Amino acid sequence: MIAYVIRRLLSTVVVMAVVAFVVFSLLYLTPGDPAAVIAGDIATDEDIHRIHERLGLDDPFVVQFGRWVAALAHGDLGTSIFTNLPVTQLIGQRIEPTVSLTLCTLVVSIAVALPLGVLASAKAGTWLDRAVMAFSVLGFSVPVFVLAYILILTFSVQLDWLPVQGYRNFRDGAWEWLRHLILPSIALGTVYVALITRITRASMLEVLAQDYVRTAQAKGLAPGEVLISHALKNAAIPVMTIIGIGVALLISGAIVTETVFALPGIGRLTVDAILRRDYPIIQGVTLIFSAVYVLVNLAVDLSYALFDPRIRY
Amino acid sequence: MATALPATPIVAGKSVSPTWRRFRDAFRRHPMALVGGAILAGMIAVAVLAPWLATIDPEAVSPIKRLRPPSAAYWFGTDMLGRDVYSRVVYGARVSLIVGLAVALVSTLLGMAIGLVTGYIRWLDAIVMRVMDGLMSIPSVLLAIALMALTKASVGNVIAAITLAEVPRVVRLVRSLVLTLREQTYVEAAIAAGTTLPRILARHILPNIVAPLLVQGTYVCGSAMITEAILSFIGAGTPPNIPSWGNIMAEGRSLFQIAGYLILFPGLCLSLTVLAVNLLGDGMRDALDPRLARRM
Amino acid sequence: MTRRAVFRSIAVIGALLLGTALGAPAALAQGQKVLKFIPQADLRILDPITTTAYITRNHGYMIYDTLFAIDAKFQVQPQMVDKYEMSKDQLTYTFTLRDGLKFHDGQPVRSNDCIASIERWAKRDALGQKLAEVTQGWKAVDDKTFTLTLKRPFPLALEALAKPSSNVPFIMPERIAKTDASTNITEAIGSGPFKFVKEEWVPGSKVVYVKNTDYVPRKEPPSWAAGGKVVKVDRVEWIYIPDSATAAAALNAGEVDWWEQMPPDLIPLLAKNKSVKVENIDPLGSMGLLRFNFLYPPFNNVKMRQALLYVIDQSDYVLGIAGSMKNGRTCYSYFTCGTPLSSEVGAAPMKGKRDFEKAKELIKESGYKGEKIVIIDATDQPIVHSQSLLTGETLRKLGLNVEVQAGDWGTLITRRSSKEPIDKGGWSIFHTWLVGPDLTNPAVNFAIRGSGDKAWFGWPTDAKLEELRDAWFAATDPASSKKAADAVQARAFEFVPYIPTAQFILPTAYRTNLSGVIIAPMTLMWNVEKH
Repeated sequence: MIAYVIRRLLSTVVVMAVVAFVVFSLLYLTPGDPAAVIAGDIATDEDIHRIHERLGLDDPFVVQFGRWVAALAHGDLGTSIFTNLPVTQLIGQRIEPTVSLTLCTLVVSIAVALPLGVLASAKAGTWLDRAVMAFSVLGFSVPVFVLAYILILTFSVQLDWLPVQGYRNFRDGAWEWLRHLILPSIALGTVYVALITRITRASMLEVLAQDYVRTAQAKGLAPGEVLISHALKNAAIPVMTIIGIGVALLISGAIVTETVFALPGIGRLTVDAILRRDYPIIQGVTLIFSAVYVLVNLAVDLSYALFDPRIRY
Repeated sequence: MATALPATPIVAGKSVSPTWRRFRDAFRRHPMALVGGAILAGMIAVAVLAPWLATIDPEAVSPIKRLRPPSAAYWFGTDMLGRDVYSRVVYGARVSLIVGLAVALVSTLLGMAIGLVTGYIRWLDAIVMRVMDGLMSIPSVLLAIALMALTKASVGNVIAAITLAEVPRVVRLVRSLVLTLREQTYVEAAIAAGTTLPRILARHILPNIVAPLLVQGTYVCGSAMITEAILSFIGAGTPPNIPSWGNIMAEGRSLFQIAGYLILFPGLCLSLTVLAVNLLGDGMRDALDPRLARRM
Repeated sequence: MTRRAVFRSIAVIGALLLGTALGAPAALAQGQKVLKFIPQADLRILDPITTTAYITRNHGYMIYDTLFAIDAKFQVQPQMVDKYEMSKDQLTYTFTLRDGLKFHDGQPVRSNDCIASIERWAKRDALGQKLAEVTQGWKAVDDKTFTLTLKRPFPLALEALAKPSSNVPFIMPERIAKTDASTNITEAIGSGPFKFVKEEWVPGSKVVYVKNTDYVPRKEPPSWAAGGKVVKVDRVEWIYIPDSATAAAALNAGEVDWWEQMPPDLIPLLAKNKSVKVENIDPLGSMGLLRFNFLYPPFNNVKMRQALLYVIDQSDYVLGIAGSMKNGRTCYSYFTCGTPLSSEVGAAPMKGKRDFEKAKELIKESGYKGEKIVIIDATDQPIVHSQSLLTGETLRKLGLNVEVQAGDWGTLITRRSSKEPIDKGGWSIFHTWLVGPDLTNPAVNFAIRGSGDKAWFGWPTDAKLEELRDAWFAATDPASSKKAADAVQARAFEFVPYIPTAQFILPTAYRTNLSGVIIAPMTLMWNVEKH
């Protein structure tokens, strides 16, 4: 098991190295120039050149890349070009809203989707099943921001049940923290719910047709018990896979959600940085996202062992 | 942005190829798939016939007529510069559909090519898969935005950017299919009999991956259309003077509460088209695997 | 690995992730008055000298103070200065600072701080540069008195020190003011009525200020940036909300108190709410402008530029930018309408019915060969975006080969500094807008300069414009000043350094429990009370 984990971590490092190289190269090739933006409206060529020197933007590619990697080894993600604050600090300030949103969405989505999927599989072919499938297809089709606006209009503006925007720190009060995350989680989670419901249902159906399930039913186990203790556990693996892959989905969707609901999270930080060519932030955040994605998938892979005792690493 | 289902199980021992009868049976069982197909065909017709269906030049600005609600003269109302929303939505179908279909086509072909190669050449497999993993670990929207920020805004660049984000998933699918198929006894037999690689690919591998790829392609199409809308929403999508559903929504988003029709109509069209594509995909997936079809 | 071990490690990772969240919120004392404000943009750069960005200027007004300030009657008033006098030969000014002026780090404000700050400002600002040209030297007589000696009389000296908008000659501690004028300062220490709370700054989201209890305001009532700056709240939070629909909803719900600039189209949203008030507190508004690239065809030819004067319809631009004639007006002048030097001298081609025939004639005379015209657009700035689309459509109607290239504001700022030809990423036209105070006279209006390489983006070269501008500086009384300004404008309509497209006022909106909002062309937060 340990050997497997170590092997996976090593390949993780390789993957992230690829990501880092790709990201750095992309930015190096970009025609946008942060120096011009920093220099301001009445800048002269001389000013821009001076800023280039200060930021080392004129050095050859290899030198810049090397410098960046060296800093990385010291845990230094660089300094934002525009605000002169360390990237780690900027990310640290904004990580809480994004993590909160993602966790909330995950919890809500799984809590809604798993039962729905199981239910649909148990009542396969009935109107309930069709309704669930219809809802799930709809969930895929409506873009996040359209859904977000509909939710705001209904629940915040018309009914005034929930706040329109903003984020409250967890330590300022758990209830307010939650209230501000409900609408964003629903908007972001809908696609996720649709996805997980379908996979759960398909996977459950697959398992329910197996012989050992029929045996369990023949033995006289209650249908609920059959469903949960036998079927669900075995159906879990594809579901876990999707949850892992879906994290990338969440991060993508988080950007739009954060913009519409004004959550000061990493998604918005990254988009702003990209549009302003604030290289250090873009590089730092992309690395972190990749790390999260890869680690989550590692966790998912390891979780297989929990669900399927046949899997031995 | 949406992911594919895990690879559908291949019926062991038999070379399965989709036949019209299978599709027809499945569609009869799933009228919704037919509806989906019909809607999609309708949208494509609208896109093709746009110059005749639109009532006014979609790019003609007329500030004096700005923000008029839907009426007999302006079926979907006018936007903040007085442009006719109906005509823009009609033309917008072109961009959204072109982006969706092009991304689906290119990513499927590219993914198939790469997946076939990596499925067969071991050492290439390791490198390519690491690169694919790397690409997949960068959230697709971010990747697309970054690519768009590098280049000029144009429909071509949007297609390229979204394709790059979708290809890794297709590659994964094809690769896993190829790996499974390679172990099949009839393939082993063919290799033992001395069949050349291209023939194996054409006779045994390709027919078996076409159907799952087709299904995956429809999901990619829907996902690409939504990604284009999101890119425009962020401001990194198709150029604004070319109407696309995403564009129209992006421009009208701040006025949503006083001129909701600016988001409603393109949003409806987009959702409807993506829904149609997804229903179609579901229908095809059911047709593909008889076991699943029987149960559902 | 056992199940328990797995779950434990998951818990540890989760805790680590949550634990990296920084930023302990300040515990609010009971009854603290907090003013929550939505600013026009995101505050990124803290240095009001290296950038002309209005958001940074507004930040400057919060934490810094100025020697002089312009009041609502366009008169220069002393602010940090207590007494001042000018020598009979108009060559020496002597200033004495008020008592009790202190920086936020506790240090008193001394003459050297003022001198260093002005010198740094004068390196960047156009009017400051003019002042520097005629300056013999500054001298600190003692900690509270200092002198300015000129080479020749300069009537605008005090006006320069009172400049209301970018760049404003804010006073900083000497050690900070000694920073090179091209390098952004990172410390935000001033002597103004608010203090910047750096620990709570979240770039892209939140800026926090607290009342400077050591500030000694003047006794006079506030008038623009002059008069007494009495702060009546304890804490101010700038909360940046990029999506205006969300901002409107937040204001309606009472989650914020004041929205700096709202798109006029959203007024109906707030109109229904009795607790929200929409007001035009900006007397001068802003002016949109269309800027040419003078280095390459076709707009290096004056006839092409003049042609556009006949087809650009300002009322279209007013509607496109401001939504209705209630929040905007046509302004056929190179100086902000509503200010003393504004007039319609030379503006005949822009007024009245649009003449496409005349324009086509001029285009033919210019020898236009079908060269490609690239309009660079910023889709995230509605004011720029509407103008780009309107101009693009107009040029298309003229039969010109035009392309609107979309990008964002960041790209536009980058691209406009490029002197390359079109096929290498250059540009022909871009649009932007400038606030009223930046266009009131030939001194502050940097877009009207014809100084070629040293001019603003576009780099027009016209010796005549420069000559007439210098003549204006020499004018000593209001009558000759007006005449000289008219001459400058007449030449401007001939040479067309840019085309003014519209004047517009972006209304501000605030909840009715706020009072004392100052009517001024910049956003000022003292005097505002929250009930």
